[in-house]
Amino acid sequence: MEVAFYAAGTVAVISTVLTITRLNAVHALLYLVVSLLAVAVAFYTMGAPLVAGLEVIIYAGAIMVLFVFVVMMLNLGRRAVESERRLMEGTIWVGPSVLSALLIVEVVFLIARARLSGLALASGSGVLAPKQVGIALYGPYLIGVELASMLLLGALVGASHLGRPASEKAEVRYDRNSDGSRARSGGNIVRAGFGRSPDAP
Amino acid sequence: MRRDLIFILMSVEIMLNGAGVAFVAAGSRWGQPDGQIMFLFILAMAASEVAVGLALVLRLYHQHHNLDADTINDMRG
Repeated sequence: MEVAFYAAGTVAVISTVLTITRLNAVHALLYLVVSLLAVAVAFYTMGAPLVAGLEVIIYAGAIMVLFVFVVMMLNLGRRAVESERRLMEGTIWVGPSVLSALLIVEVVFLIARARLSGLALASGSGVLAPKQVGIALYGPYLIGVELASMLLLGALVGASHLGRPASEKAEVRYDRNSDGSRARSGGNIVRAGFGRSPDAP
Repeated sequence: MRRDLIFILMSVEIMLNGAGVAFVAAGSRWGQPDGQIMFLFILAMAASEVAVGLALVLRLYHQHHNLDADTINDMRG
């Protein structure tokens, strides 16, 4: 396990350094995905299989897809076509491919070794099973789970409010017009009652 | 120093991930599941932060057509 841990850590450090030194955002995102996958393999060798799976699914799957979507939305037009062409013909993908090939060799090695030794995949001494984590999560940390759910709800509402289309100015103008018409009609009502004789009940 | 907002958000992700690695390593050193639970909370926080941050980046790009963090200096708030 130690060799696998140090190999995954080395891949993670190299890909993180390459992430923060790239100039193009797409290249940096490729290296960042590789870095997160390497950290997930390191978690697995540390004896945390639940967190390794969540790292792959949420970090490398969901959050990185958000980044890729935003980079694609900000990069529209002719310039995007040229950069896509450069992405396809260049040798940009060689670095992330080599690092991910190292990672997949490592994962295959771990699976084969667990198969040969007759153990289940994530068992042994020092492994914290997902059952223990779940029991602790819904026992003493229940208030934290509630706070995390409220934080996620707030982030959902805030992101959908910030990301709404920019056509709400027409609605604001329509609201102002309707307010004005209502004020004018109110004025008419007051004027209709104004001419009554003063001795009426 | 780099001022691109996308790179700033990516670097924040790297730093949060480093904190999570420290938590999980400490938890597996003492054999307690608390480190993994802290990593789950960091994960939820990072996901919500990225959602709001990327929505703000989109709004700023539609207003300024620029991703430089120094161009937001003209906000008078």
